Amino acid sequence: MRVVFSFRPALAPLLGALLAFAVLPAKADDGKLVFSDTSRIASIGGSITEIVYALGEEGHLVARDSTSNFPRAALELPDVGYMRALSPEGVLSVNPTGILALHGSGPKEAVDVLKKSSVPFIEVPEHYSREGILEKIRAVGKALGVDAKAETLAAEMDAKLKSVEKRTASIKERKRILFVLSTQGGKILAAGSNTAGDGIIKLAGAVNAVEGFSGYKQMSDEAIVTARPDVILTMKNAGPPISEDELFANPSIASTPAGAARKVISMDGGYLLGFGPRTAEAIHDLAVSLYGNQVAD
Amino acid sequence: MAEQSIAGAAGRVTAAEGDRSARARIVILLLSLALALSMFLSLTSGASDASAVRVIRDWLTGAVPADAALAARDQLIVYDVRMPRVLLGVLIGAALAVSGAVMQGLFRNPLADPGLIGVSAGSSLGAVAIIVLGTTWLAPATLALGTLALPLAAFFGGLSVTLLLYAIATRQGRTSVATMLLAGLAIGALAMALTGILIFMADDRQLRDLTFWQLGSLAGATWPKIGTVGPVIVLALAAMPFLSRGLNALALGEATAGHLGIPVQRLKYTAIVGVSAAVGASVAVGGGIGFIGIIVPHLLRLAIGPDNRYLLPASALLGASLLLLGDAVARTIVAPAELPIGIVTAVAGAPFFLWILLRKRGIVDL
Repeated sequence: MRVVFSFRPALAPLLGALLAFAVLPAKADDGKLVFSDTSRIASIGGSITEIVYALGEEGHLVARDSTSNFPRAALELPDVGYMRALSPEGVLSVNPTGILALHGSGPKEAVDVLKKSSVPFIEVPEHYSREGILEKIRAVGKALGVDAKAETLAAEMDAKLKSVEKRTASIKERKRILFVLSTQGGKILAAGSNTAGDGIIKLAGAVNAVEGFSGYKQMSDEAIVTARPDVILTMKNAGPPISEDELFANPSIASTPAGAARKVISMDGGYLLGFGPRTAEAIHDLAVSLYGNQVAD
Repeated sequence: MAEQSIAGAAGRVTAAEGDRSARARIVILLLSLALALSMFLSLTSGASDASAVRVIRDWLTGAVPADAALAARDQLIVYDVRMPRVLLGVLIGAALAVSGAVMQGLFRNPLADPGLIGVSAGSSLGAVAIIVLGTTWLAPATLALGTLALPLAAFFGGLSVTLLLYAIATRQGRTSVATMLLAGLAIGALAMALTGILIFMADDRQLRDLTFWQLGSLAGATWPKIGTVGPVIVLALAAMPFLSRGLNALALGEATAGHLGIPVQRLKYTAIVGVSAAVGASVAVGGGIGFIGIIVPHLLRLAIGPDNRYLLPASALLGASLLLLGDAVARTIVAPAELPIGIVTAVAGAPFFLWILLRKRGIVDL
């Protein structure tokens, strides 16, 4: 019995067929901003859920994602999973009349299936700035048909955020902060530009000690020494806690001003990086930890 | 000794072998029934209460449901979520299991796996390149191909590695399996290193996408994707039965197989390209689903013996069933969220793999 099958001749038509199958995806540009029926809303993204509660519209919620852990009452809602790993059937199983999702929810295939269903899907943009927070509040309010309420909340937030920013405006000696996401295996993963960590540092009237990269990256020892942070900022309640001893056991961290003074600030992850209704307080807390009575009330 | 464990090669018909083939046929029949049952279970289970049976019955009888909106939702869930997923599970499960069985026959090593020769690493590199560079350097590709960019890139990544391996390991029209294995390890390492560079370049959001993709999942099942990878896997699987006799002869050694009239060189070529196509396409849509390629052929060798004429089809059936059942678990155990299936297969597979190793060392008795 001879083997008479060979792949070689089949290869070219095969690849041709493959490319032929690569049809252009339909552009799902529905441009919807308002839900026609707000009776059963699934909220995806911690800050979105917080805003819905802050607007007093939580009665509409029937589901949340795993990043929505504030306020505590939200934990009672069914959890449809991590916002970047949604299961379309899971989200549809709570019979929502609308899906309100923070920018970056996914995966794309799941979102495509959800958009194909008759359930309206509204994506809320996110920018790590004061304007970004206000924009989020207005978008959530608009989607739920409570624009006036949202405008009131946005104005209130705006005033709060501005007053916190004003407190730090006169400070001459800006502290340099290194935001450390993790110290896994002695490697320091730090926040560069275009991250929530970077945004919160700036809002608190400080300087990100990291320059020259965006996103979260592993820092070399030399880069840490050159960054000369005055303070290390870390997150609590998000994965394994970062121990101070482990942090300062790192010789390059120990050699910085932050290391010499053993200055670490640790804050709840959702509170610190959510860019939602609690951000004004988070900035205030951070600024007080940094500058003490220079910014106190 | 692998040669001894794969006995009963081409030709000799003994009483024991007759028993064995009868037994294998029964096992294959049972596995077919098991697959049909798994498909039914998979289609009818999920996070929502959408009833696949009702949707299909309404479609068959042309009944008009009372609640049109709910019926539309259920139709979407059954047709656009569960059906492509069941089909993809069957395709990928069969592809991984058969590829594993073919690799093990080709390398005459029961622990060989497509991951071993760098095909999976090549596919991963292609996929990661799209995830990380899709918005910058590779933007034209992602814009033109949409969600198909990733599977296509992964497929070509796997295929490129294979063709490169072939070029390296073939001298005067003869392919050295040993050279290919070593070159595969090196190329796999290189592909992983390049993937590492990309991971370093990735931003926070892309990193999270990557993590989930690497865990493996059938969640991305859509009809267009099945249209892309389905034909590749079906073609590759269709080629595999042609290999079974050749692989049986190969168990006796290359020279012996050659004397038996087996075109050894062509056999290797077909096996490698078929496996690459099947695995590349599977990794492309499913990400890192491990252990199916090792476990399924092993279980079956214990049940029906090493004859590839039965082992390959049985592997396809069992691989498909196991992946479907694993996926049903992944979809329902933490509903309304879902687990990545790579976790399910690894949790079930890794201990089993260790058990095989211990058995081979004679520590655990069967």
